[in-house]
Amino acid sequence: MIENFEALWRALPYLIDGVIITLELTAGGALLAIVVAIGLGLLARFDNIIPRGFARIIIELFRGTSLLVQLFFFFFVLPLPPFDLELPPLVTGILALGLNYGAYGAEVVRGSINSVPAGQWEATTALSLSRTQRMWRVIFPQAWALMLPSLNNLLIQLLKGTAVVYLITIVDFTAELNRLRVQTDVYFAYGLGLLVYFGIAYLLTLGMNALETRAKHRLGQGGKWRDTITTTPIPDAKGAGQFG
Amino acid sequence: MNDDNSFWSWEHASAVLPDLLLKFFTVTLVVTIIGSIIAAILGLVIALGRRSAPRPFSAAITLVMNFIRMTPLVVQLLFAYYVFNTVPPLVLGTVIIGIHYATYMAEVYRAGIDAVPPGQWEATTALSMSPARTWTAVIIPQALRSTLPALANYVISMFKDTPFLMVITVTEMVREAQLYGGKNFRYVEAIILAGLIYLIASYLSSLLARRLEKKLEYTTA
Repeated sequence: MIENFEALWRALPYLIDGVIITLELTAGGALLAIVVAIGLGLLARFDNIIPRGFARIIIELFRGTSLLVQLFFFFFVLPLPPFDLELPPLVTGILALGLNYGAYGAEVVRGSINSVPAGQWEATTALSLSRTQRMWRVIFPQAWALMLPSLNNLLIQLLKGTAVVYLITIVDFTAELNRLRVQTDVYFAYGLGLLVYFGIAYLLTLGMNALETRAKHRLGQGGKWRDTITTTPIPDAKGAGQFG
Repeated sequence: MNDDNSFWSWEHASAVLPDLLLKFFTVTLVVTIIGSIIAAILGLVIALGRRSAPRPFSAAITLVMNFIRMTPLVVQLLFAYYVFNTVPPLVLGTVIIGIHYATYMAEVYRAGIDAVPPGQWEATTALSMSPARTWTAVIIPQALRSTLPALANYVISMFKDTPFLMVITVTEMVREAQLYGGKNFRYVEAIILAGLIYLIASYLSSLLARRLEKKLEYTTA
């Protein structure tokens, strides 16, 4: 056991680097995903077939294939002609994660906007707000509070999804764990790894809960700040609908 | 046709397609089906355990469940692979993916059980049914009906997670595509075809899930 901790101490700088890479992938992927989700989610609501069709094709393409297929496509196929696009592996990882989870997020965004009560839409007409005013001042803030629990789910999924990137030569936390396993033992290395991933997921959940409480406060709805801390990190069962 | 500089070569496409389809039917699909059965049964056990077991046990089940669902499947696979190094990777991978998804399905079941109207519980008391009969004859049939669409979504999601098994040396369809690409320096056809097979299968399974949902809606009405 003591040797394990000595090995851990020696490996610590590398492990921290690994965690940083994992966090970079998570943050970068999440940032891209939210942009993709809002963009495609709004486009998918158009009456015009061209923007709606475009959004649907992208959404179904990324939801219908596996994350690993997308990762390999970006890693192995993009550098070839006619694309000739050789990206650094980290960017490739962020691209695949962001587009994959962004496509799932687009459905969440679309669904949440659609579930804002009809009276709110009618009220904006009665106040003769413009299209943009209607969306950004009335509808979206309410939809935002609705979509945050599902987005929290997706964020945790994305964090867990980052663990595959070592297959495209990125030295993330999981890759460092594979090295630590050789120096220590299986239980120690992966047990520690799972705990660290759990800790990160827990912190992300707390952050998302806080965002949700803030969003609700801005709508003049209840929700105690204290609840954001005591809430167990149980993604709600409704989030199941994000798949498929 | 034989020009190796062209983006798409039908020769490579037709060379790799049979292997991909073979792996799709013998590994990807088999893992998904067996894994789903494990997840559906274990998920129900977890959901019932959290409800019925005495407090310290149910709290422990909840903790383990949250731990599994909030940590990466890939790390769990690697962990199990080195611990149970005598079990064939394919079997091990199927069990681990089944356990991982059981923790998701447990939440679905919980919501389904909570959605059974209180009147149903009261009725079983009024009819003095035993707890076993209450669950098997009244609660679970109703809960299952409302949960099937969500469970189907998780099956489709598991189907897309099966390539993760390549980290423990299981050669399923996507790994097969990667191997072909590495061997022949032709990734384009193999990876695009693998994606296409996924797309078609996802589309078909989502149609199936939607039909199931419609059918259930109709019978509950």
